[in-house]
Order: sequence, then C-alpha cells, then structure tokens
Amino acid sequence: MDQKNKNSKKPVYSKFSQQELPAWKPILTPGWVIASYITIGALFIPIGLLAWTASDSVVEIVDRYDEACVPDDFSKNPQSYIQNPDIKKTCTRSIKVPKKLVAPIFVYYQLENFYQNHRRFVKSKSDKQLRDVKAENDTKFCLPVAYDYDNKPIVPCGLIAWSLFNDTYKISTRGKDISIEKKGIAWKSDAKAKFGSNVYPKNFQKDGLIGGATLDESIPLSEQEDLMVWMRTAALPTFRKLYGKINTDIEAHDTIKVEIQNNYNTYKFGGRKKLVLSTTTWIGGKNDFVGMAYISVGGICLFMAINFILLYVFRPRRLGDPSYLSWNRHPIT
Amino acid sequence: MPTQQSPNNHQQTNNKKRLKWSNLYTFSCFKPPKNNHLSDFGQPGFTRVVFCNDSSKHKTKPYKYCKNDVTTTKYNVITFLPKSLFEQFRRVANLYFLLVAALSATSLAPFSALSLIAPLVFVVGVSILKEGVEDWHRFLQDLEVNSRKVRVHVGDGKFVDRSWKTLRVGDVVKVNKNEYFPSDLLLLSSSYEDGVCYVETMNLDGETNLKIKRCLECTLRFDDEAKFDVFKAVVRCEDPNSSLYTFVGNLEFGENIANEVSFPLSTSQFLLRDSKLQNTDYVYGVVVFTGGDTKVVRNSMKSPSKRSRVERKMDHVIYVLFFMLLLISLIASIGSVVYTDQWWYLQLMDDTDASFDPGNPLVSGFLQFLRALILYGYLIPISLYVSIEVVKFLQAMLINNDQHLFDETSGKKVEARTSNLNEELGQVEMILSDKTGTLTCNQMEFRKCSIEGISYGGDVNEIVRAASQRMNIDIESYRFNLDGEDSTPRDSVEMVEITSDQVLESKNSVLDGEHDTKSLRDSGIKGFNFRDRRLMNKMWIHGSNVWDMMMFFRVMALCHTGIPVENEEQPGSNKLKYEAESPEEVTFLIAAQEFGFQFCRRTQSSMFVKEIDPSASEVEREYKLLNLLEFSSSRKRMSVIVRDESGQIFLFCKGADNIIFDRLGDGGRTYQHATTMHLANYAEDGLRTMVFAYKKIKDSEYEEWSSSFSKAKAVIGPERDELLENVSENIEKDLVLLGAVAVDDKLQDGVAECIDKLAQAGLKIWLLTGDKKETAVNIGFASSLLRHDMHLFHLSLSRDVESKNQLKAMKDDILNQIEASRQVIINEKTKDDPFALVVDGKALEIALRNDIQDNFLQLAVTCASVICCRVSPKQKALITRLVKKYTGKMTLAIGDGANDVGMIQEADIGIGISGMEGMQAVMASDFSIPQFRFLERLLIVHGHWCYKRISKMILYFVYKNIVFGLTLFYYEMYSRFSGDVLYDGWYMVMFNLFLTSLPVISLGVLEQDVSSDICLQFPALYQQGQKGIFFSWKRIIGWMGNGILTSLVISILNVYVLSPSAFRKGGQVVDIAHLGLTTYTTIVWTVNCQIALIITHFTWIQHIFIWGSIFSWYIFLLFYGALPPEYSKREYKLLIEAVGPAPMYWIVVLLVVVISLLPYFIYMVIQRSFYPMDDHVIQEMKYGRKVVVDDEMWLREEKSSRKPTQIGFSARVDAKILYLKDQLHRKKMFIIKSITNSPIRRSISTNPLENRD
Repeated sequence: MDQKNKNSKKPVYSKFSQQELPAWKPILTPGWVIASYITIGALFIPIGLLAWTASDSVVEIVDRYDEACVPDDFSKNPQSYIQNPDIKKTCTRSIKVPKKLVAPIFVYYQLENFYQNHRRFVKSKSDKQLRDVKAENDTKFCLPVAYDYDNKPIVPCGLIAWSLFNDTYKISTRGKDISIEKKGIAWKSDAKAKFGSNVYPKNFQKDGLIGGATLDESIPLSEQEDLMVWMRTAALPTFRKLYGKINTDIEAHDTIKVEIQNNYNTYKFGGRKKLVLSTTTWIGGKNDFVGMAYISVGGICLFMAINFILLYVFRPRRLGDPSYLSWNRHPIT
Repeated sequence: MPTQQSPNNHQQTNNKKRLKWSNLYTFSCFKPPKNNHLSDFGQPGFTRVVFCNDSSKHKTKPYKYCKNDVTTTKYNVITFLPKSLFEQFRRVANLYFLLVAALSATSLAPFSALSLIAPLVFVVGVSILKEGVEDWHRFLQDLEVNSRKVRVHVGDGKFVDRSWKTLRVGDVVKVNKNEYFPSDLLLLSSSYEDGVCYVETMNLDGETNLKIKRCLECTLRFDDEAKFDVFKAVVRCEDPNSSLYTFVGNLEFGENIANEVSFPLSTSQFLLRDSKLQNTDYVYGVVVFTGGDTKVVRNSMKSPSKRSRVERKMDHVIYVLFFMLLLISLIASIGSVVYTDQWWYLQLMDDTDASFDPGNPLVSGFLQFLRALILYGYLIPISLYVSIEVVKFLQAMLINNDQHLFDETSGKKVEARTSNLNEELGQVEMILSDKTGTLTCNQMEFRKCSIEGISYGGDVNEIVRAASQRMNIDIESYRFNLDGEDSTPRDSVEMVEITSDQVLESKNSVLDGEHDTKSLRDSGIKGFNFRDRRLMNKMWIHGSNVWDMMMFFRVMALCHTGIPVENEEQPGSNKLKYEAESPEEVTFLIAAQEFGFQFCRRTQSSMFVKEIDPSASEVEREYKLLNLLEFSSSRKRMSVIVRDESGQIFLFCKGADNIIFDRLGDGGRTYQHATTMHLANYAEDGLRTMVFAYKKIKDSEYEEWSSSFSKAKAVIGPERDELLENVSENIEKDLVLLGAVAVDDKLQDGVAECIDKLAQAGLKIWLLTGDKKETAVNIGFASSLLRHDMHLFHLSLSRDVESKNQLKAMKDDILNQIEASRQVIINEKTKDDPFALVVDGKALEIALRNDIQDNFLQLAVTCASVICCRVSPKQKALITRLVKKYTGKMTLAIGDGANDVGMIQEADIGIGISGMEGMQAVMASDFSIPQFRFLERLLIVHGHWCYKRISKMILYFVYKNIVFGLTLFYYEMYSRFSGDVLYDGWYMVMFNLFLTSLPVISLGVLEQDVSSDICLQFPALYQQGQKGIFFSWKRIIGWMGNGILTSLVISILNVYVLSPSAFRKGGQVVDIAHLGLTTYTTIVWTVNCQIALIITHFTWIQHIFIWGSIFSWYIFLLFYGALPPEYSKREYKLLIEAVGPAPMYWIVVLLVVVISLLPYFIYMVIQRSFYPMDDHVIQEMKYGRKVVVDDEMWLREEKSSRKPTQIGFSARVDAKILYLKDQLHRKKMFIIKSITNSPIRRSISTNPLENRD
C-alpha cells in the first residue's frame, strides 16, 4: 500500500514526456549535400531560362518627356512654365517602335523621385469616405486637404487624391489615332468594394491650391479608374502606373506620335516623367533581373556541387570518422 | 581577543565591498539590493548582559534586544507591489519595453499600442506573480515557526504556553523531548540528575548524531518548575555572532548578592535555536539570544535571485542590439530631417504635423527618433523574453517528468524549483557537495574486523575486483586480436601469462563478491553489514584464543557512552536498539549484540552485558563502571575502567590506530603487524577504522591513579583539562592490542558511479562538510575522491598557534603550510601522482581571509580534490562564493540540510536533496533531487540538452528579429525615412506571436543533438557546455551577421525583382501592399526554413510547427483578405486577387529563400564536412552508418571520450591495473632473467626470447 502511494508521484510514461518521440534525425552526408546542390541547380537554371526568354519577348518603350516638353525659354526655370496656366502645355513626341508590339499594349506613366510612400502621403486619405456616401465628413486623416473654404468636406479628401496625376496622352501612328482604353486598369476589388458607386466627387480641387487632375462630378468614384490607380500608393519612389491599354498591335519600325498634355509638376522636386509602352508575358513586364538571378544561383549551386564532388573524391572524410573527435584530435594528456 | 577587532573589521568591510560587486546584476541600472553581513567572521565584542528570569529588565534600553520573531520574507502587503515592480524594472530591457509601450500609446506609434503593452504586462506579471507566490510560502513558513508554542516562566514558579515570537531575552523556558529550541538558550538543568541533555543539530550542521550538553553544577538543582520562583542570575557573554561552534560568557550567580560567584560558560551549556532535544524528557534554559541575534539566523542568508550565465550574456547581446537600434534610429531621424524637402504634394508648410515640420528640424527629428525606436523595436524583442520563459517552463516540466529521475524507494522525483537555471546545468565545472545525507545515507554499518591478526568479513576489495574484471575484458580483446592478423607473437605471450596468473583469481573474486552481496542483503540488520561464518552464530567459541576474542567483544560492548532503548519496530524480539553520541558507537553495540555480547542496561554506576560463555551458554554480567575517560578530538581515544564480577579491574580502550599503537605495552604487540596490514586494506576501501585494546589493572595501581584523577577533576580553572589529560595518559599505557574494526559510512546508492561519471565529464568535486576530519577523509576514500597514491596536503592550525589565538601567527602558520604544499607541487610536477587538499574549519577561516585567500585558492584549484571539514554553514557559503569568483567557473552546490542553505544559495546552481526530513535545503534550492546519483542524468543529459536548446534558441531569435527589423529599416531608406511601415500592422503582430514562435519553442523544448543514452555514454559532450561554445561571441556575431545578410538579400531582391515593371500578365504594377506582402512572405519562409536547417531532431511536432507556421501565414492572408475592406484595408483580397495568381510572386519567394539560406548552408556544409564537432561525428557514428551500438569502434570511442581524471572509481581502477601490470611485468622479467641465467638456456643458443630484450 505504502509503495503504491509512493509511486503515485511517478511520472507517467509517454513518449513525449520521456523525450523519446520517434524522430527524423537527418545527417548532412556528402550525398545529401551534393544532391541538394544539384537539385537547386537543376531547378533554378530552367526557371531562369524560362524567365529570361519571357522577359526577352517583352517589348518595352520608355520615353522621358519632362525635360523635352519644356519650351527652351523656360528651360532654366521650368516651374514658371508649369505653374503658368496661360501657357499651352501640349507637347508632341515621336517614338520609333523597334519591335512589333502585340496587343494588349499597356500604357504607363512612370514617375521618378516621387515619394508616394511617404508616411504623410500614404495616410492622407479616408477609406470610409471613398466607400460610403454617408461618411462624407470622415476626413480625420485628410488634413490639410479635408475641407474647402466654406468648410465643406472635400470628396475625395486627402493628399493622395488631391495630387492626382493629370498628364494626358494621345497616341497616333501613321496619322491614325490609336484609342487608349481607360477601362479595366484598376483592381476589380477597388471598384467593387473600396470606391463607392454612389459616392460622387464634391468640392474637389475647387479652391486653394490645385494639386492635380480634376474629377467629373457626375461620375461615381467606382468608375474613376485613374483615381483608383493613383490611390494605390506605390512602394518605391520610382514607379509606373497604368494609364490605359491599347488593344491593337503596333507594327515594328512604325513611328508613333504622342500628344502629351504636360500638366503635372515634377519640376519642383526634381522628379522625372516617362511614358512607357509595354507588352507583358506570364512574368509580367520586362524583367531581366529575375532570370539572371535564377541562372546565376543555379550556376553557383552546380559549381558548388562539382567542388564538393571533387573535394570528396580527393579529400574524403569517412562518415563518422572517429579521428575527427575532439579527444582524438587533441589528445589530452 | 577584542584587541584584534579593529583591523579585522576594516578588512571585512573591504571584503564586503569587493564581494558585493561580484553580485551585481550585469543588467541593472540601479544599485543592487542591500546585502546583509555575509562575511561576518571576526571575533565578537563582549557586551551582552542577560538578566536571567527577569525579562522585564530587557524592555528598555540599553538592554532591549530584538524580538524573537523571524521574518524571511522579502515583501509585505504594502511594499509588495512597488518593490516587486522596482525589481522588475531594474532590468534595462524591461525599462526599455516600458518606455516603448508608453510611447506606443501616443500618436507616434506606427502600430497598435496593445501589441506592445500586452506582452510587457505578461512578462512582468508572470515574474511578479512568481515572486509573490514564493514570498507567500516564506510567509506561511515564518508564521508557522513564530507561532510554535513553548513553556515560559511567568513568575512564582508558574509556566505557561506562549508562542515563540513573544519570547524575550532573560525568559526561563522549559523545552520537552523532541521539541526544537525556540532561541539560543543557556542550559540550566535537565531531567537527568547530572544535568546532561542530548541534542540533535541536524538543522545546523547536518549531523544527526546526538551531542551531549551539560549544565553548570551550580544551576543543577533548578530542575523543577516551582524552583524558578527564586532563581536570579546574570549572564555576561559575547555579542551575537554567526560562529556555531563557539560561545564565551560568564554566569554570575549566588544565593544572594554578597556571595555571587562568576562561573565560566562554554558551548556545552549553550543550546542553539533550531536544534532538537532528544532522549531527554525536558530541560530548563534561559533565553540568551533571540530572533535575529541567534546563531542559526545569523548563519542564514537572504536568497539571492539567480540568473543564468547564458541569460547574462544575452544581456550583452541585447546591449549590442540596443546599440544597433539607437544607431539606425539616429540615422532614420537625421535622414528624415535632411530629406524633409519642399515636396508640394505633401503640403508640409501648411500644417501642424510636428514630425515633418521643415521649420523645426530639431523637434521633428526628435519625434522621428522616438518613432524609430518603437518601429525598430523588433530588434529587441520582448517576445524573446516571453518565449524563454515559456521554453524554460516546458523544459522544467520535462525534467520533472523524467522517469529516470524518479526515486522508487522514496517516491520522490527530481524537481526544478526554478526554471531560470536549466541551461546552467549544462555548464557546471565545479561541484561543492555536502557529505552527510548527500553522499552518505548517514547510516553506519559494521563491515569488517580484525581480531588477533585475522581479518573477518570478507576480503573483496571493490577496486581490486573491478580491476581484475577490466583486465579480463582486456584479455578477451587480446584473444579477439589474436584471431585477426595484426597481433604479434609477443601479445600472445603476454596474454597467456596474464590468464595464467590473474584470471582465475579475479574470476573467483568476482564470484565471491556476487555471492557476498547477495547473502548480505538477506541479513537485513540496520547498521550491520557483516557476514563471516567464523564469527556468526557463536561459531567463534571454537576458535583458538577465545579469551582475547571475548575481550575484543567486551571492548565493543562496554567502551562507549551509549544507552539501550526498546526496539519499537520489533517489540517481540530480544534485540535492542541503541542511542549513542556517535553513530559508530551504535554500530559497535549492534555488532556486539550480533556476536553475542548484548549490552542491556546502564545505571549510574554499572553496565550490564549478556555474554556468551565459551560453553555457549548465555549469562548476564555486571560491570562496575569506575571511570570513563572521554573521547576528545585531541585525545582521539576513549577508555572505560570497569571492575568485573570477579573483582578484576580492566581498562578497555578504543581509538585511532597510531594513538593506540603508541600506547601498547611490550607484551601487547603480538598482532600489531597483521592488524596494521588489515587496517591499510580497510582504509583503502574507505572504511573508518578503530583499534581496540585492553589492560588489566592491579588494584593498587588503580587506587593510586584514581586518587590523582579525582584530584585533577576537582581543580577548577583553565588548567583542569590539561591536568586531566595528563592523568589519563598515566593509566592508558602498556595496553594489549586486540584488533581493529571497520565501519562503513554507507554511501548512497550509485554515488561512486555518479562521481565517476561526473569526473569523466570534466567536473571537479569538492567536499564541504561539518563533520570531523577523519570522517570526511574516510568518505573521500569511499567515494573515490581520494586515493592512496595521492599526495595529501593537510591544512590545519598547529596546536600552539591555535592556543595563542593570535591572528598574525595563525596567518603565518597557514601561509607557511600553503607555501610548503606549493613547493611540493612544483617539485613533483613531473610525477602523475595527483594532489589532494584537506582543510579544517579553523584553518579555513584564516585561509579565507582577504590577504591569503588567493594563495589558498590557487593551491586548492591545482589539487584534484579538496575536502573541507568542520566548516560552518557560513563558511560553506563563503567558499562557494570565493571559488565562484576566483575561478570564474560555474559552481553547483548540493546539500540536504539547513546548514547547506548558504552555499546552495550562493552557488550558481543550488541543489537540495529531498530524500531527508529537513526541507530547508530544498526550499532554498533551485533543483531538488531525491538522491545524489540523479545528478548525473540531470547534468549530463538534461543540462546538456537545455544548454544547447537555449543557446540555439536565443541565437536563432536574434537572427530572426534582425532579419525582420532591418527589412523595415531598409524600406525606410526608400521612403525618405518618413517612418512608413512596409507591412500591415497585423503582420507585425503576427510575426513573433504566431508565425515564428512555435518552431522556436519546439527548438527550445525538443531539440536533441544526441539521445539521452548517448549523452551518458559520451560525457565528453558535456564539455561543449563547459567551454561555452554554443553561446560564444563568435557564434553570436556570426548569427547577427547572418541576420544582416539575410535581411539585405530579402529587401534588395524583392525591390529589384518586383519593380518598376508589371508583375502580372494583366499589366498591373506592385504597390506598397503587394511589396509588403511579398517581402513578408519571403521572411516567413526564410526564417522558418532556417530553423529547419538548425534543428537536427524532427519529431512530428517540429514538422507541424515549422511547416504549419508557413501554412498558417497563407491561411491568415486568406482570412484577412476575405474580411470586408473596413477591416482588411489595403490587404483586401490581396492574396487571391493580386499576388497569389502571379507566377512572379512564387518565383520571388523561391529565389529569395534559396539565396538567403545559401550562405548558411554553405557554412554548415563546410563545417560539418571538414571541421565536424563531436556531436556531429557521434551523430554520424550512431545514425549515419549501419552500426550496432556494441560496435568495437563505438566502445573504443566511448572509452576514450572520458576525460582522464584523478578522482573517481575508474581512475582508481586504472591505477590499480597499472600497478598490477607493473607487478606482472616484474614477475615476467624475473622469470626471463631466471631462464636466461639458467644452464638450460645457455645450452640452447637459438632461443626466440633473445631478440626481445
């Protein structure tokens, strides 16, 4: 009886509590090492090649126009040009097409040195207001672009919307206009859930400083795709944003004419503006880097594999060779 | 004595200061808590006055002394919260978290305040709760002690029960049998006529044997309650101090003031608090020291809070990280100010946001700095502290539940009482062990005796047996070699010789041994482990010299101070039990009873023994006790003079061998040679020996001596002892040697093996005991801490120096001894003979003084074993601390009694033995184990594991948080240090909470480099912990570097691959949310795959946690994205709509994971392939090749992995084997010589042996 009592405290046996759970105890054997290097190599080089070819098939045309579109007499002071509403901002660029652009062709504007990811900028919007017509007054984070002079709420409020990009492009080739499709450039979820179909712009760009584009007050926000694209703040200071899509092919060696309304002020902070025409493949736009990275990693791994094979051939270490044990290496006296 | 006071004190304060610094928290920013007088060693003053039986005089100053209630709690109801909070925020880490939490509650916070406050509250709350519970237990214990009852004299001879705490100095109390003394008392009288009482001091020095205390003759008559009505006296004595073995004072007492006489008081009238009255019905005493003044309380120390070394080092890692944090925060704040530009689209001039005000760069810079501190706070993760707490708790649970750490006999298991120190168990280099109750069971056994030069009780020496067994195995392997090709004829010759000589003998002895132990278990008499047919069952009467035999047994039965008690366990049997001053005496009495000489009664003047006559009949004989010459440490012998029934006078004497041999008469040396040999054998076995002799005394001689003895006895004064000794010397001569006995201070189960294994693992073991030197040395031999071929240094004060009591002289004496020993070591360095040091308490007290301690410790550290005897609890603690400080090594103290509490608290790890009754040691300990032997598994298996687990875990944690934290910083560079966060707030919370926490916990709880049996087979693996290689700065920096590299790879690759061109076929480009999600995904993948590379032991739990963590990230994303956009914001449908369908996303993840792990993988492969560590090779041996465990190589490596040691059982066996082989070799040479010299040899010229020499 007494013995029983004593043993009642005995720890209960379980494989877990006795730390005896069956376990996989992998050992890094030469075989494993070489196999893993070869596997990585064998996996990465094909992927790299695939990505490389995909990227290679993309045709991308980039045209920087911010400097070129400033008339020569203003080149010293481009700000006075861009800020003067009396000067016509139209500017025509002709671009040679090196390779055939197959539809769909994506038209982007690329801004550089523009910090859409600045904390002050990122925060300066009201998701609620954009979504819900009743939340018109929810402009807490929108300061200083929250109310107009009559103290009425601005819809959409905040710095992001206020600074909406307002350059426009008209493209033509061989004298024929190419239509740029502006529908379907925003994320579907934005149009569906984040921008209300019954929310209309109000008091936007009405008074005070004009930041950028104005919005048609008769069109609900859920259809203002330029705004939606702009309001998806970019992660980096160099970024592209979809301007539209071209649904016709453009032949190689054609010259395309672009009529640009150069309205957006990047001159004040030394930003750059570029027009980008690009096709896409399964990896997206032009992206040589990823293919190269894959190929080089694969190459390094194969190289390592060869090295290790050679090392194991010429300087093998028997697995579990006791002469590597510390007490055999430095005999203790 | 008081003249020495001042310089001592000065030194002490100095000492105290120095020692205090060693106690500092490395991570504290405030002063450490006040240390109490830890090194209070000097001689006390002499100012205390006690008015006996007049405690009312002690109500006012200057005689108002402290109360008798004792508190050991740290807090009370009011101080608990502030004090414990203060304790918590003494850690800079916690303070930092508090600051961050406070900041996060402001608008500066980049993410929700709750995610910072909640873990802080958790960490601090758990710690405070733990403190609170511990303190509550202490409070309950105090309450129980303080409210114990004792009978106190209240005047007019009346005694009433009062609680201990109300007791005041001067009170007269009555303590009954088996009660504890409520305070330090002066013994006035006892239930015995001669005023003696028996006291057990288990709680003070761990000894369970009874000590005799004796009152002054003048107070003898106050032995009844009523008589205290008139009792008045004054005690003048030393001031409160911590020395347990001294008490100096005077009692001024007289019938009236006129004839008041001053009597000197000594320790034998002094009853210490917490010791227990035994075998005495009651005593009366007067309270001298109360409460905090009592010696036992002065010996106790406040328990310090311990932190493990790994954790303290982690603090330094945190400093580095903190520095990193400050640096990048500074960069960020300066950057944000510098780059705050005239971007029109931000409308900066317009507005009130102070953190981006270009007009006020200082303010905005500062605000950005604060913000950065919070944002990059991931570098110093509070979750690390939470995870460590959780992991350690789980580790402790696994230790508690290990079936191998369960003691079936006591039904107790190993318990981790604090989980703070698990990993310390894996780094111990030095063990300081108590003796009684820790190594030994505190149970003496009669083992062997040598009578008339014949040894009884078996000859099997464990060492010899093991040595021959081992040689047998060697021979087997020789034979094995013989079958193979590589053996030479020479081997075979050697083999044959060994077999012919040794094997038979060893086999026989092995069989004998087994037979012996088996039959011994059957005998089952406590304290009697002896079996020899020649002596048992009255067989001795058939011996040749029965007269000497009988005298031998009579010495055993008569020469003692014991008393027989009823055998309560077996009421029917006629066997008696005995109580005596020392446990040896008890075993002698029991043995005598077994041999047929039962000591059955004692009166004031006579002793009665039931004897077996040579005719085999039983007779009861009366021996008149004439004199009893007591044992003392200087005399080392004890004698009784008795007159038997026939009127003959005998002196029976027992004592240490050299003392007795010096006093033998010419006719008494018949057996001296044989006995000496036997004594040497016994001693080598670690048995405690004692020599018996007797003498017949003529009546006239006795008369003459008796009168001089009485005269000497009547002398009052300091010379009395010396006189008595001289007189005793006169009669204790011309003795006749009878023989010797050997008793075994029984070691606990498995102690020898455990010490052996621990020594092989590279641990040093010191023995600190309150016991006598002889006992301690004996146990040293028994537990193989000492060997006979060791060079033993004894450090003790020489007698005349001691008597002078001059500090200077004592110091010189000790210094000289240390210097002499050091010379010996230098001279004999070339020899392999190990050294050992034996120090006694008084020498230690001197040796540990400030100016000598370095010399002493230097000597002590060079010795293979150190044994300190007669050390007080405080000295134990002091040694522990000095060793810890001087060597810088991790120390572990193990003990079972209240006397070990100090050292248990002082050591890096304190272990209490829970098998015994006393709980103080366990209460103070960090781990409690039921038996010493569990230490092996606790350290070598659990310690090793825990150390590796915690180290790996912390390193990984640092890595993963650097990876995460720095990606935030790099992103800042792209956003002009505006303080924008790449990730969603919930990602940030999820990272340490769900996505990476469980794998790291599984690493910390379940990782095993090798399984437990291999840990035990290769104690060398333990040295990895001692060297601290898993948490070295090399590794820490390496992991930090790996983290920085990985974070760079992750950030740069994500940015370069994903922008600026479209990442989907639909032409869409990435925005913040996409980049954040992709980067975050690659982090989750990378850190979880990284941990899979670290882990070497995958159970299903690890698999589920690691792969489940990655999986749960996607689950989380799906769930989060499916929430309506009010809640999910920019993450709305992010995975299913935007990122998931893009092949680019998956391509990036694969690329980043492989590239970020590649450097580590290459490092790992190179290390494992070309510079493997011990655990790697052993893993390969065990799992990589298809070998069986008893594979030859395995066994060989197992053997050679042991650290060569000079202590431990196997070391002794090795030495013995060497010796035997040497003998064999000599024998062989002798034979060869005789052959070569023989005429036959000369005639055969072509002898193969010729080539050999």
